[in-house]
Amino acid sequence: MTVSAIAQAAAEASTGSVTAFPANETARVPRDTRPLRLITCGSVDDGKSTLIGRLLWDTKAVKEDQAATLRRDSGKQNDLGLPDFALLLDGLQAEREQGITIDVAYRYFATDKRSFIVADTPGHEQYTRNMATGASTADLAVLLVDARTGLLEQTRRHATIASLMGIKQFVLAVNKFDLVGYDRARFDQISHEFRELALSLGVRQITAIPMSALKGENVVYDGKASMPWYDGQTLVEVLELATVRSAQTVGFRLPVQRVSRPGESFRGYQGTVAGGSVKPGDSVVILPSGMVANVTKIVTFDLVRNAAVAGDAITLVLDRQVDVSRGDMIVSLESKPQTGLAFDAQLVALQSDGIQPGKRYWLKSGSRRQRVTVEPSSQLDLKSGKWSHHTETLAMNAIGKVHLAFDEQAVFDAYEQNRTTGAFILIDPDTNNTVAGGMITAKRSSLSGIHTEDSRVLLSLPADLADQLMATELFSARREEADIRRISAGKAAEVLDGIDG
Amino acid sequence: MPSTLPETELHNPQTTKTPLDPHLKALENEAIHIFREVAAEFDKPVMLYSVGKDSSVLLHLARKAFYPGRVPFPLLHVNTGWKFSEMIAFRDETVKKYDLDFIEHINPRGTAENVTPFSHGSALFTDIMKTEGLRQALDAGGFDAAFGGARRDEEASRAKERIYSFRTPEHRWDPRAQRPELWNIYNGMIRKGESVRAFPLSNWTEVDIWRYIQVEDIPLVPLYYAKERPYVERDGMMILAEDPRLELLPGEKVQHGSIRFRTLGDFPLTGAIPSQATNLEEVIAELEIATVSERQGRAIDRDQSGSMEKKKREGYF
Ligand SMILES: Nc1nc2c(ncn2[C@@H]2O[C@H](COP(=O)(O)OP(=O)(O)O)[C@@H](O)[C@H]2O)c(=O)[nH]1
Ligand SMILES: [Mg+2]
Repeated sequence: MTVSAIAQAAAEASTGSVTAFPANETARVPRDTRPLRLITCGSVDDGKSTLIGRLLWDTKAVKEDQAATLRRDSGKQNDLGLPDFALLLDGLQAEREQGITIDVAYRYFATDKRSFIVADTPGHEQYTRNMATGASTADLAVLLVDARTGLLEQTRRHATIASLMGIKQFVLAVNKFDLVGYDRARFDQISHEFRELALSLGVRQITAIPMSALKGENVVYDGKASMPWYDGQTLVEVLELATVRSAQTVGFRLPVQRVSRPGESFRGYQGTVAGGSVKPGDSVVILPSGMVANVTKIVTFDLVRNAAVAGDAITLVLDRQVDVSRGDMIVSLESKPQTGLAFDAQLVALQSDGIQPGKRYWLKSGSRRQRVTVEPSSQLDLKSGKWSHHTETLAMNAIGKVHLAFDEQAVFDAYEQNRTTGAFILIDPDTNNTVAGGMITAKRSSLSGIHTEDSRVLLSLPADLADQLMATELFSARREEADIRRISAGKAAEVLDGIDG
Repeated sequence: MPSTLPETELHNPQTTKTPLDPHLKALENEAIHIFREVAAEFDKPVMLYSVGKDSSVLLHLARKAFYPGRVPFPLLHVNTGWKFSEMIAFRDETVKKYDLDFIEHINPRGTAENVTPFSHGSALFTDIMKTEGLRQALDAGGFDAAFGGARRDEEASRAKERIYSFRTPEHRWDPRAQRPELWNIYNGMIRKGESVRAFPLSNWTEVDIWRYIQVEDIPLVPLYYAKERPYVERDGMMILAEDPRLELLPGEKVQHGSIRFRTLGDFPLTGAIPSQATNLEEVIAELEIATVSERQGRAIDRDQSGSMEKKKREGYF
């Protein structure tokens, strides 16, 4: 995009005009990278749907007939005379009637640099499960807050779920900035507060942006006209530079989806590589049986390949007749996942019945489905960010720690290490509904393990030091074990004086 | 046991075609994963095949997913009796070329009650011949999973749909009570009579489809390419005038021009666009400057916002 185009667009944005629709603007076809998956989250009415609508509009992903429908459906427009961009997203009748988002909508747009899949998630607490759905596959979360109200409990809840689901990149959109007179102090205050929250969750990549989703300021085009003091990135600039997660650096994993036997002479194991890479000649283990074999061929429709990496859908041929069936995992000999009958996990309860202690559920992970008994052990208090000492059930939308006990050997990686082989869903055998999304934290060595959740170390540190420490890799990996309190240097001196007598 | 590839490999073109870029590769991998998962989890899957470009991509991906084996489920074409003749010719050729199991279903009410798009109007016609026809065919075959080529970027209610879209025994979709779908772990547990519609192309856009067709060299019905063709203008649509059942209304006359179709369906309900794009490169070039969405040519979605959701609740794809 040329500088003059940006200037023109910025001028349009600031006068609130969207009628100039460049008819011959080339739809962008970038695609030298994989698409970035992101979610928008935040409380009701913070402007999530409006923001995505604006992203689609300003990247020319909205076609003319859709724009016309939008203008027609917008009915009474807002004060600025702009269409209601949220209607591009809220596609269900119930959503339009109630003016809210009920379910996740997936949308697609692209810039010159890359393409994006964005999930617009609902803000209402009762639809938290749909937010978790959107978060499970996202590489980045855009958290919106209304500049007038600042952080809400729902912001904390969503930030927590997003980080739990393994999202490591946050963008804070301080939205509706036009309604607080573009007040810089307000921006600094909210972004500071958010930074603390994100750091406490172990998220270290945080970008805060003052924004008006409605007017399109700092979304695709900059907001210099209204906020000359802000010289940071626009949202799209951040998104273009964000990283797409990849599981290529860990050990090879192939959950077997099906065995292909088109004729007597061919037997191949079909699945999507869930971690690492593989090449002919590699030694592999089949889990849970533990049998060892060597890879002879990687077959795909196009050609017989000499390597496959995480994400590739392949057919693997082994050098000997081994017993492999759907649900087994073929893994590298050198770096194996954990195999066992008991694991610890964190999960989000998604249905109104919650999670019942001792109930036998179906657990599905990769291509494997097996019976499991679930014992909740503690629940996260979303207001304080602290885990309870004990809990027996988990209600809908609760985040909890659980113990999983299996009848047959289960195979997992920790979710931190592998987002595919460490993730699972629980299915209620009575309703067949998906009742939880879970993440493996560790293997349990014995079924009657001692609860160690209470033994957290408390540290009180000056604010700047606390921030630095919380931002380290080491702390984020062990944040279960320590609580950090941020206190001012003066306060610290007082405490020390007290101790010294 | 040293494995050798079966004969089919010999027929597989080991061409030096351009490799897929990471974006299309990711979409292809995801679609193959979904195909394999459904084929493994369900007793009796079927693939809805509408002969259009999305169906052509879907079929290509299915062949890739199960290679070197055959596609392990039949294709189902819910015909209305009003398709473009070139579609039917292409369909029959494709079924033969790839050795596919194929089922065609036409709702018998069509001929019995003489249901036509002209006499019944597009909405009722679609309801009877497509929605009801589909239900009949799925029930008759006892299918518990049906692949479809729908994409989330097509329409606002589609954007909300899961990859495994649960249907009641009456084939109803309840958009307010969809199962959460986390990661790429799909819940395929259903009771007898219930079914799932599975959408491997959910995350593809129209541009992705065209670029994939180009890179993979996927054959399409020639109607997608511009050619001098006869047409009449009706309700602001350019309707192909070659089927004798199209009766001219007062004031209408057959015109000739270079036209093509962005989407294919029933010829009386599908509008053409004026175009000079006679090959794929030109179609893509036109597409990239197109400012109108592809569904605009379809009478079915234009009635009102939310009309697709309504149809889907009743069992339409
Ligand atoms: N003034 C102003 N209004 C906004 C802005 N963003 C959203 N809104 C309005 O806030 C309301 C809620 O927006 P919506 O996108 O539905 O919020 P959601 O619930 O988070 O999806 C709508 O009336 C929007 O027009 C903004 O940047 N400035
Ligand atoms: Mg919304």
